Amino acid sequence: MMPWLTLALLGAYHGVNPGMGWLFAVALGLQEKSSGAVRRALVPIALGHAASIGLTVALLGVGLASVPAAALRWLTAAALVAFGVLKLVRPRHPRWVGMRVGFRDLTWWSFLMATAHGAGLMLIPVFLLGEGNPAPCHGGGCHNAAGLSLASPLGYLAAVLVHTAAMMAAAAAVAFVVYHKLGVAILRTAWFNLDRAWAVALIVAGVIAVLL
Amino acid sequence: MRFRPDPTFYPSPRLAMEAPPERLAYVTALDAGAALKRPGELRHDALTVVDLDPRSPAYGTLVSVNELPTYGDELHHSGWNACSAALCPYAPHPHVERRFLLLPALRSSNIFVFDVKPDPRRPELVHTVRAEEIAKRAGYSRPHTLHCGPDGIYVSALGGPDGDGPGGIFVLDCESFDVLGRWEIDRGPQFLHYDFWWHLGHDTLLTSEWGTPKMIEDGVNPELLLGKKYGHRVHVWDLRKRKHLQALDLGDEHQMALELRPAHDPTKAYGFVGVVVSVKDLSASIWLWHRDGDRWAIRKVIEVPAEPADPDLLPPLLKGFKAVPPLITDINLSLDDRFLYVSCWGTGELRQYDVSDPFHPKLAGSVHLGGIVRRAAHRRSGPLRGGPQMVEVSRDGRRVYFTNSLYASWDEQFYPEGVGGWMAKVDVAAGGGITVDPEFFVDFGALRPHQVRLEGGDASSDSFCYP
Repeated sequence: MMPWLTLALLGAYHGVNPGMGWLFAVALGLQEKSSGAVRRALVPIALGHAASIGLTVALLGVGLASVPAAALRWLTAAALVAFGVLKLVRPRHPRWVGMRVGFRDLTWWSFLMATAHGAGLMLIPVFLLGEGNPAPCHGGGCHNAAGLSLASPLGYLAAVLVHTAAMMAAAAAVAFVVYHKLGVAILRTAWFNLDRAWAVALIVAGVIAVLL
Repeated sequence: MRFRPDPTFYPSPRLAMEAPPERLAYVTALDAGAALKRPGELRHDALTVVDLDPRSPAYGTLVSVNELPTYGDELHHSGWNACSAALCPYAPHPHVERRFLLLPALRSSNIFVFDVKPDPRRPELVHTVRAEEIAKRAGYSRPHTLHCGPDGIYVSALGGPDGDGPGGIFVLDCESFDVLGRWEIDRGPQFLHYDFWWHLGHDTLLTSEWGTPKMIEDGVNPELLLGKKYGHRVHVWDLRKRKHLQALDLGDEHQMALELRPAHDPTKAYGFVGVVVSVKDLSASIWLWHRDGDRWAIRKVIEVPAEPADPDLLPPLLKGFKAVPPLITDINLSLDDRFLYVSCWGTGELRQYDVSDPFHPKLAGSVHLGGIVRRAAHRRSGPLRGGPQMVEVSRDGRRVYFTNSLYASWDEQFYPEGVGGWMAKVDVAAGGGITVDPEFFVDFGALRPHQVRLEGGDASSDSFCYP
């Protein structure tokens, strides 16, 4: 249960980060003067994020099949800590688009942002530590899902879906509250430096990968 | 890198208007003798600081004069390393700081970087971007205007290191000030360059045309002017693809299309450009660019006629014309996109137009100070030379500051006795109308003040991604 909850919480954390997309959705809504534009933007943003996470998880699957688990753990930890330190020293974002974006642009942008920030990398310790844990399940259809291990291809897919659903829910919630209630003035007061928090999260994930 | 967003970054122009009033002005000032390599006592160009707080005992005086280490740089339009564009959603960096003021020098081609954070009243020179680095990495020289963009500092340059065209734009890193390279990927027919700005909400950049360094550095060349060789076009670019889209031609009698002022509201797609002089009748004009279906179009919306004058009172360049040209050298648009301020440097007039309907501007106010013939005085001065030139509007739109020097060699032609450096201010009535502040007059003596930047941003320093 724990790894799945962690994946969802990390999804929510990624979702509330303005740099991962909800702010872009709000901006597009304001530009077009329509909350429909906010809603429409969230789909490609979630898709791009899922693609980036999915790519990392797929690479992890390949790694697990070819590299000894202990070595992979150290490798992951080193990559996470190094990336976190890099993000602390040089917090740059990729620039891919402008303000006039379609579905494809926005998907690409989201993919690039998630990849450049190491969103997928941050999840790897969860997979390494949560291999044997079955997916949570309730109700009648529970029997089949109960055996779903995080280490299986279906488990990877489920994990990406859980993470992305949580990410999209959090992003949508923040985007709509800012668009309808708070307004962009909130950016001046409530936007603490998530780049730093993100960098620290990467380092912490690296340390966890080694210690546990 | 801050933990909270820089408090001087504003998501929208409306929020910028609600910010506290400015307390300091950063005014670049130059020594004409040094710029023109004239013998005599030479001064260093300087970044000066003027107190703007009416409650301060130092109100309307020079607080500090921070000299450059070199002579004859000729400082022009300064700009911030970062501003409200850092909040744009596609490249958000809200935790960088509006901290460094960059001063491009039009003759030496260096860019001087001042840090205003430790002591805002006495900024400190911390870095110089060398002309050689700009030439090597971007192929440009004569940096002139800069704007803080969402992903770096964009700098316009009038030409190449040899003094010929083409002029264009290059990009600097907003923290290291490294020259990242030339901006244009496909410049199409664009060759002459002056100002640039953008519609961030429409991924569109615009550039205007003056002349190559060789065409302007020795003063207005009457042969080039009457031969209609100075710039008269506005170019439209794709800001994402860095590609030329369209050239908007004003007609070649309209010489020198200078300052570009796009609407601040990022959902709007129009703006104004000032034209210095028409060789047909010496009038000056303002043009409006706007969307016209899938294309962009431009049309004249304001014309200011020349004023007849006694040739004995005119400088040699103008004697034959028997008239004073208004010479619109700068314009500025308030953050609510309502009032356009127009400097008529030749006639010594600052005009205020209500541009709520940008296609039909209405004259809302006017004051006179200086002027080639008029020489209108301030309450705290004798007759003034020079005229309203670089003009800057406060964030809330209630105060407008202006200086009187244009460009060392051009000052000499239109005001052969020198312009005598000064800075003044008008107060803006809520519904329109302007009056000169009788208490605010800064005498710069032999230094020539050029451009004004207000602490924490003003109406021509920031761009916004949210309406």
